[in-house]
Amino acid sequence: MEVLVFLIPVSLGLGGLGLAAFLWALRHRQYDDPKGDAERILSTEWDDRPKPK
Amino acid sequence: MTDVGADYDARFSACPACDAAPLAERVAGRVRADAGTVILSLPTAHCAACITDVERALTAHPGVRSARVNLSLRRVTVDAPGLSADGLIAVLDRIGFPAHELDPAALSATTADRQGRDILMRIGVSGFAMMNIMILSVAVWSGADAATRDLFHWISGAIALPTVAFAGQPFFASAWRALRAGRLGMDVPISLALILASAISVFETIHQGHHAYFDAAVMLCFFLLVGRYLDYRTRAVARSAAEELTALEVPRAIALVDGVETPVLVADLAPGDLILIRPGARVAADGVVGTGSSDIDRSLLTGESVPVAVGPGQALSAGEVNLTGPLTLRVTAAGRDSSLARLTALVAAAESARGRYTSVADRASRAYAPVVHLLALASLAGWLVATGDARLALNVAAAVLIITCPCALGLAVPAVVTAASGRLFRRGLLIKDGTALERLADCDTVVFDKTGTLTMGTPQVVTLDGLDADARAVALALAAASGHPLSRALAAALDGTDPAAIGDLREVPGYGVEGTWQGRPVRLGRADWAGASAEAADAPGAATWLALDGAVLRVDFTDSLRPGARACVAGLKARGLRVMLLSGDNPAAVADIAARLGIAEWRAQATPQDKAAAVADLAGQGARVLMVGDGLNDTAALAGAHASISPASALDAARVASDMVLMGSDLAPVAEAVGVARSAARRIRENFALSILYNIVAVPFAVAGLATPLIAALAMSLSSISVTLNALRVR
Repeated sequence: MEVLVFLIPVSLGLGGLGLAAFLWALRHRQYDDPKGDAERILSTEWDDRPKPK
Repeated sequence: MTDVGADYDARFSACPACDAAPLAERVAGRVRADAGTVILSLPTAHCAACITDVERALTAHPGVRSARVNLSLRRVTVDAPGLSADGLIAVLDRIGFPAHELDPAALSATTADRQGRDILMRIGVSGFAMMNIMILSVAVWSGADAATRDLFHWISGAIALPTVAFAGQPFFASAWRALRAGRLGMDVPISLALILASAISVFETIHQGHHAYFDAAVMLCFFLLVGRYLDYRTRAVARSAAEELTALEVPRAIALVDGVETPVLVADLAPGDLILIRPGARVAADGVVGTGSSDIDRSLLTGESVPVAVGPGQALSAGEVNLTGPLTLRVTAAGRDSSLARLTALVAAAESARGRYTSVADRASRAYAPVVHLLALASLAGWLVATGDARLALNVAAAVLIITCPCALGLAVPAVVTAASGRLFRRGLLIKDGTALERLADCDTVVFDKTGTLTMGTPQVVTLDGLDADARAVALALAAASGHPLSRALAAALDGTDPAAIGDLREVPGYGVEGTWQGRPVRLGRADWAGASAEAADAPGAATWLALDGAVLRVDFTDSLRPGARACVAGLKARGLRVMLLSGDNPAAVADIAARLGIAEWRAQATPQDKAAAVADLAGQGARVLMVGDGLNDTAALAGAHASISPASALDAARVASDMVLMGSDLAPVAEAVGVARSAARRIRENFALSILYNIVAVPFAVAGLATPLIAALAMSLSSISVTLNALRVR
């Protein structure tokens, strides 16, 4: 059972990582235009390098 | 509009009168927002190529710093300091995208986004906590004992307490508001259950108890927040579309300052100002015509389908549309003093007649809160008396509160409304208020307005039989020279004939078009101007007159039906509704439309007061009225009816007063909406039955002291999921 000492923090840490990613995406307005983002991936613009800010 | 940011429970249009009044003020008090940013509506954008084309074209335009298309909202936001929207619209027009300027001040997108993100964040946090606690809880349920169980409880508590404190805030805030107002809303028992479950669990954990309800508390938060989010999303989608309609009318007028044309905001107009109203423009303020003569389309205000001729000295009201000649107008009342604002009083009166509709959810929660509190209190007292064990009694009472907590109840209505309004949105009908569906399902009588609702408000030639070949050629040449709706309709009807060669062609605004044909004068226009006899001119109906070689020929017009009008009326009748027609237009025109659509009950020349009174009378006789109308003259009736629908072409005030807005020009979705609403009302009732059923099964366990956290979790998730699945069955 001693393994729990590692496993619980690991599972919490992984879940927390997911939560952090979700909050980051939310704060950076990744959910503002789901339809547009779904279409944008089909565009060949900026395939070679990222769009400059 | 209600400030949703201040209150999660705020209904979108619980009170159209309250909506209409600030709206009139907002339009009047609008300020130029955020100079540099232009927001354009892109109704035709739909794919990846559209996004790239639009963004590339706009960024290539000199002066544009950046452009970003939002495909979900069909808008493009352009950062272009110092550029006007007109130039950008021209750029988009060249690459084939019609665009309209949106008034950024009318779009409160940023605040709406923030609130949606706020709820999503709380859902994310409680979802994370729920999953992690559940892993530990499953271990406890499957038999973890002694030190291991206590450790798991401690870890669960460490996750659950901050989560409940953060994710539960919307419920705590709303419960606190309810308590301060002396009410018992749904949120009071929810908050009580959250707090009590957490407190009892902490106590049990400290004393090495067997049961901790941390998982239940967090799961409660999660499911209830999902319900809140669905509810919020439905309203946000409706609001952003409704705002877009409002924002389309950028309130500008052309003022004549010392004879120079200067664009000004309608908000800045004051009585005494001189404004220019070009043909095709909407009259921006109430006033008196100074110079010029023209024809005025009053259909949105009075329901008259035939344009009225006006000249110097005559009064115009805001909202009318100038058709043929330029007019200068001396402003007598602007902004909140204008006729639009005066109408608010009428709307307020009608609104108080409708009273406050209590939705099924409100009635359920009103009955629910006392029952739950009594039940929990009774079990507490009962166990205390029976065993004398305060800890046990408190545990049982907490279990009762948790089990009865309205997870399913909180999802029952939003899930159905989301499913139904999504379905109707795809068919072009926008629902502004969740209770609108319930009210629509109750309706047994439909009252239609004529002009602009059942008809397009555009005339159609009845017959060309009275005209010979020469007359047709002359009529076409004359009609083509004018922008008057009757002329345009005549020209459209004569499409295919060769126009005659007419010299000295000129339009006399307010009268008609004249010219010379083969050396003889010809005229097309008003009866007295063309030279028709007085008694012929008095004959009812919309008509234009052609003076040719001494003869005066009459061309009759009728209003063209809106597409889907026949299907709509037939569909409503098939669903067992009584259909009526109330119009401000003349009896001949109304009788004609009623006959064409098969509507037996109709009334003509109804004033706005008549319409509101008729709707109130019907309600007095026990009928539930659905009002469909578009004009200012319908606004009071729309607000007074049990449910109301207006087309997107309606005036702002009419749209605000209605529960639903028809986005397309097709009327057919109205009949479908009644069907969907009835199906949705059935699902809502089924959902309530389902969640009550779960309670009937689970509550005896809780009261008997047999409830375990496992039973609570099972009852909660099963009822929530079955209610959501049932909602998807809306047809």
